[in-house]
Amino acid sequence: MPRRKGAPEVNAGSMADIAFLLLIFFLVTTTIETDAGLDRMLPPIEPPDTDVVIRQKNIFTVNINKNGQLLVEDNLMDIKDLRAAAVEFLENNADGSCSYCKGKKDPSSSDNPSKAIISLKNDRETKYSTYITVQNELVGAYNDLRNREAQRLFGRDFTDMEAEYLNPETPSSVREDLKDKVKRIQDMFPQKLSEAETTTN
Amino acid sequence: MAKFTKKKDGDLPAVSTASLPDIVFMLLFFFMTVTTMKDSSLMVANTLPNASETKKLEKKDRVIYIYVGTPTQEYQKVFGTEPKIQLNDKFANVDEVGSFILAERAKKPQELQNVLTTALKVDKDANMGLITDIKQELRKVNALKVNYTTYEGDAFNNLQ
Repeated sequence: MPRRKGAPEVNAGSMADIAFLLLIFFLVTTTIETDAGLDRMLPPIEPPDTDVVIRQKNIFTVNINKNGQLLVEDNLMDIKDLRAAAVEFLENNADGSCSYCKGKKDPSSSDNPSKAIISLKNDRETKYSTYITVQNELVGAYNDLRNREAQRLFGRDFTDMEAEYLNPETPSSVREDLKDKVKRIQDMFPQKLSEAETTTN
Repeated sequence: MAKFTKKKDGDLPAVSTASLPDIVFMLLFFFMTVTTMKDSSLMVANTLPNASETKKLEKKDRVIYIYVGTPTQEYQKVFGTEPKIQLNDKFANVDEVGSFILAERAKKPQELQNVLTTALKVDKDANMGLITDIKQELRKVNALKVNYTTYEGDAFNNLQ
């Protein structure tokens, strides 16, 4: 029998489907890399109506000069020791009202975590990278304390819980549950980090 | 004449769909190459500092970006080597930041206007003076939520 048609034609009709599948796969999976950074709230420009009297011992002053040196509570300090110093200040617990603090109860340092304020000042010529390092250490001090309490109460890290809470992909039932826990830990060590206007000298 | 009529008598040949995949692939490649997120081209050096206590910036539609850094080589002749602010695709002065934020905010849907974050992408060699001025401008327009965008890493690497 003579071959009249030559090689039989391959049916390429389903190729389109395969290509569409690929197209949809790429459309779905391409997530754009997300940025990460330090979240901060700036103070409102309107000063609060009522003058709040804050006692000097409840303020932890951190001053960065233009050479990147730190002046913490009027003493020169290495940036590596800042986190430990901030932790010690935050949970000092001088008035004894904080049951979960492990501080020294030094009467000349902060009363309790909700009154303790960290004040960060910098020079106009301070390098941004130094400033970020200091911010990072101060936020880190809060996170260390919060992680410790979260481990004690819920058996997991606070930063981990907060990340899951803020993640939009987390199911809302889990989010509701986390909301209270995150709030509770945040209230234990409220983040009071004031960024005063810079000084020029 | 006989030659032409001889071959096929009457019935239409099926339309070949063999080129359909090519067309779809062309579409696929077109979309793959074109869908780069609108990320305004950088005109400033932008090496971010490192930090370890970072939080992810979720939901891109709620973020306004401000870039700060020294102009790149090609712009240095015109704009000098001092750190500058880049808003969208152009250099700007500090006093333009406020109106920029307001304009960007007005572009967003109503329900998002109160939850916007300003992401400051600042080069690590910039000075705090400029940043302080920007922060002051942000406070004036009540854009209080800021994010100092950083790379993930050990913060002490910044000091070297």
